[in-house]
Amino acid sequence: MWEAVILTVKLATITTAVLLVVGTPIAWWLARSTAWWKEAVGAVVSLPLVLPPTVLGFYLLIALAPSSPLGQGAAAIFGHTLPFTFAGLVVASVIYSLPFVVQPVRNAFEAFGDRPLEVAATLRASPLDSFFTVALPLARPGLLTGAVLGFAHTVGEFGVVLMIGGNIPGETKVLSIAIYDYVETLEWGKAHILSAGMLVFSFLVILVMMVTERRLRNRLT
Amino acid sequence: MSLSDTDTPPEIEARFRGRRGAFDLDVAFSFPARGMTALFGPSGCGKTTILRCMAGLERMEEGRLVVNGALWQDDKTFVPTHKRPIGYVFQEASLFAHLSVRENLLFGKRRTRATRAGLDLDEVVRLLGLTDLMGRSPLRLSGGERQRVAIGRAILATPEILLMDEPLAALDRFAKNEILPYLERLHEELAIPVLFVTHDLLEAERLADRMVLMDKGLVRANEPIDELLADPSLPLARMPEATAVLTGKVTDIDEVYGLSTLMVSGAEFLIPGNLGPVGSVRRLRVAASDVGLTRSRASGGSSILNGPVARITDVQPMGDFQMTVFLKIGPGGRGAPLLARITRKSWDTLGLEVGDLVHALIKSAALAKDV
Repeated sequence: MWEAVILTVKLATITTAVLLVVGTPIAWWLARSTAWWKEAVGAVVSLPLVLPPTVLGFYLLIALAPSSPLGQGAAAIFGHTLPFTFAGLVVASVIYSLPFVVQPVRNAFEAFGDRPLEVAATLRASPLDSFFTVALPLARPGLLTGAVLGFAHTVGEFGVVLMIGGNIPGETKVLSIAIYDYVETLEWGKAHILSAGMLVFSFLVILVMMVTERRLRNRLT
Repeated sequence: MSLSDTDTPPEIEARFRGRRGAFDLDVAFSFPARGMTALFGPSGCGKTTILRCMAGLERMEEGRLVVNGALWQDDKTFVPTHKRPIGYVFQEASLFAHLSVRENLLFGKRRTRATRAGLDLDEVVRLLGLTDLMGRSPLRLSGGERQRVAIGRAILATPEILLMDEPLAALDRFAKNEILPYLERLHEELAIPVLFVTHDLLEAERLADRMVLMDKGLVRANEPIDELLADPSLPLARMPEATAVLTGKVTDIDEVYGLSTLMVSGAEFLIPGNLGPVGSVRRLRVAASDVGLTRSRASGGSSILNGPVARITDVQPMGDFQMTVFLKIGPGGRGAPLLARITRKSWDTLGLEVGDLVHALIKSAALAKDV
């Protein structure tokens, strides 16, 4: 049982870290670009919000299969094919939870507008400099929200994991899969413990996030 | 640049042309790289756009900008904003909310090449009265305090030119009056040339040495402010509140009568109050409606202290019954310009003509209000 909990926390932590690194530049581009097709990119990023997780998992499974070019590329990088491995879960989770990070971070970037960046430019800050010293600090509430949502969403995922990860203990058997297993095998007690734990965890996440975000925002406005 | 150009004093030369919203902007003007130049005109005539173009924040279809011999922009060149040695003060102070006042002040200074000797923090803090604000968050400052920090932040970046976009417009009257003396002090103590946008004539009269007058995307005039305000061909002298400015040096303080002597081009003026140490330069605003004319000053016959000789250079009717008289102080008629608003009856009774010498009688109380 604990194996599943630890695996889940590990997956969610790594996924969140990758999401912040990948999602922030995407959010920045979506917030600042004037390209007419940027909303198309925005829609693609947001697809996992409405797409059934099994559909996403199915396509990922096909895309990452050993026979596909993408799968071969991934195999070259990771040393093995991705489906039914932990690395595969991370890749799938990043795609699945991307909108939960990109959206709040993009909103935060859009909220403070052009002015702080113009000011930074008149004070000799290069675009890269002002991104790190002005934009990121001002977007802190959005980054926090994105990180928390990305983490929590990854903790709770089920369908995508089942499609691309399967049910390998210690490798891809995360919490939600474990709960499903316990219910299937009529081990109600263990299912109760994990489910109640998730309930408390989710409540605490939302509470802490709301309080912290309010505090951050008050400090910036 | 050819060798002969090195003798010319540093200058800023700007030219921008392009379409902006409802009108075409087409301006070309240059001004010396010293003192304060006001970019003045009604709201929406393109002043802010020009300032943003000079900072590189906007780009016109056609543009050329040369600052002190360095090319910042032409058809092929466009130096990006962060590489232009400017200071920019926005209409709203726009301080960085995530940084303290001190960190805001140092933001640009830290990014300025150490090779150019700039102002140091302590000097700017003293000049702008920021000592008590240093550790505070910008969110805990009043509007006037914020704008002072923004000005300090801009000049600490060692600009070759300071651009200010209506720095006082977002402030109420009290905050404005609080900040004006600081701007006057900057004017007096710093060598940085300033170009500031304003639609408030009073601000320009108090601060500017030179004015670029704009209307509907075009430059109407670009002259030293004393000449521009009293230029018969421009609309400013025709306004009811037409005013001339006199700039002079304090030459004497009379403690007994509480009067200061101010030496202006063409005449000496006695001004109520202590204008500051002998040798300092002061400016007076003289409203046309506070100036009367007489042909002769009978000795001891008037309570008016200041009645310098002046020559009438032009006259224009103002409505049906008033006249705006354009004067140059001094018997030769070559001194500072002055305006007088008198009735048509007076003009006819005195039999005044362009070219006549008169005494311009200025109420002392009118001279006391600003200083």
